[in-house]
Amino acid sequence: MTHAVDIRGVSKVYGPAGAHTFALDRISLNVDKGEFVCLVGASGCGKTTLLNLVAGLDRPGAGEIEVQGRPALLFQEAALFPWLTAEKNIDLALRLRKVSKKERATRVDELLHTVRLDGFGDRRPHELSGGMRQRVALARALAQETQVLLMDEPFGALDAITRDLLHDEIERVWTETGVTVLFVTHNVREAVRLGDRVLVLSSRPGRVVAEFPINIARPRRLESPEVAAAASEVTDRLREEVRRHADDEDEA
Amino acid sequence: MPTTKTKPDPDVLDVELAGLDALDVPIAPAPSKARRIWAVAWPKLAAVGIFFLLWQSVVWVHWKPSYILPGPVPVLKELWHGVQSGALPKAAANTMQRAAIGYGIALLIGSTVGMAVARSKVLRTAIGSMITGLQTMPTIAWFPLAIVLFGLKESAILFVVILGAAPAIANGIITGVDHIPPVLLRAGRVLGARGLSTYRHVIIPACLPGYVAGLKQGWAFAWRSLLAGELLVIIAKKPSLGVRLELMHQQADYVAMVATMVTIFVIGVVVDSLFFARFERAIRGRWGLVDHAT
Repeated sequence: MTHAVDIRGVSKVYGPAGAHTFALDRISLNVDKGEFVCLVGASGCGKTTLLNLVAGLDRPGAGEIEVQGRPALLFQEAALFPWLTAEKNIDLALRLRKVSKKERATRVDELLHTVRLDGFGDRRPHELSGGMRQRVALARALAQETQVLLMDEPFGALDAITRDLLHDEIERVWTETGVTVLFVTHNVREAVRLGDRVLVLSSRPGRVVAEFPINIARPRRLESPEVAAAASEVTDRLREEVRRHADDEDEA
Repeated sequence: MPTTKTKPDPDVLDVELAGLDALDVPIAPAPSKARRIWAVAWPKLAAVGIFFLLWQSVVWVHWKPSYILPGPVPVLKELWHGVQSGALPKAAANTMQRAAIGYGIALLIGSTVGMAVARSKVLRTAIGSMITGLQTMPTIAWFPLAIVLFGLKESAILFVVILGAAPAIANGIITGVDHIPPVLLRAGRVLGARGLSTYRHVIIPACLPGYVAGLKQGWAFAWRSLLAGELLVIIAKKPSLGVRLELMHQQADYVAMVATMVTIFVIGVVVDSLFFARFERAIRGRWGLVDHAT
């Protein structure tokens, strides 16, 4: 398989027959191994639905999804277990993969170092900041030894400076581990800052309506003119998509 | 088509992350142990003091003659006497033993039924509301049936204690499971938790706050039912707090009667604060549900 993620003609319907709405309608996309692909779309484009399907949390109504290995999923809120310390959260991912106890201890330390949280292992989630929690979640996802990392607006709830640093951080982890990333966001700048490709999804039903390869050299900066120029192109396409729904208002 | 991967300057990023972390970490105040104990102790001592003062005031105004409503001093003297003679500890030991056995069985039944109902839609529809119904049923209403079924025996008391406590415990676990944030269940599934490991690593630890509230309430119900039982089901040659209470009443020894009441109250409070309140605090602290500002 050349693709890490291969989505072919996937549909997902919600609601009872007759009154149903398409969350996703025959959506097809693929992500190369080691590629960083960002999905952007307005509300109702089924971004989260799509990630749930790829993560295997839900089954598609039609179509096929092939994923290399079992993917890890990062949520908007870190979704750490509040009763476990940072260390134990990471450890649980290893435990559920039946890694031996001895190996786990070393691996947890390595992973904490990967996200630069050495020394914070014994903190509980409520004793960490939002950005730190998200990094623990990243370490926990990496503990799954996954080849595919799915991210559902992981930085959406963070303040600007933290988000900026975490962009560098996720980019570094991606470079070091060679993991494939499928990243969902509503923030176009963020998508252009991070992605090798940016895909624009339509809303109700969700489909890929445009694809923008981003050939800006890394490391990129959120503020650079190149990123801004590419972002405005993507935004224009997105706004066109939003205008298309101007008449829907009565239905909603 | 990945673009050329050039690393961002790693050292600068590390320093920046470390700086941000240092600024971000919430600072939890850690008062000294003595100060913490004092902060907990003085309101309690003050409350007890005020209570005794009010009680004594009622005695002082001679609302009732002092042989009917004794003041705190003779009652505390009687309490001390009862402890020294060994009669009160012996009665309390029997009562506590029943409490432990009854509560233990209620814990087992309540937890199992509660978890089953919480996780099964069919069971919930079938008996979910019945559990709440059982909980609202006054335990004293069960005694005629209990006595018919078991006779004037130990088992009649235990039966009612279990009926009193188990629904509260079951309801606690149901509430606990219902309040688990769905994202934690999804996180567990993504990490590969299935079947039993989901219970062990996600559902059981996640439902603890609600569960502990149920355990606490279950204890209150168990203790109340137990004392009602001991008043009604008097077993020969087996002293207990309930029997003692009834006996002193009949012998018109109102000082000893009130002393027994004080014992019942104190045991209920001590068990709660020693086990349940402590357990609850520990969990709230772990989850970060304690407001340090107050």
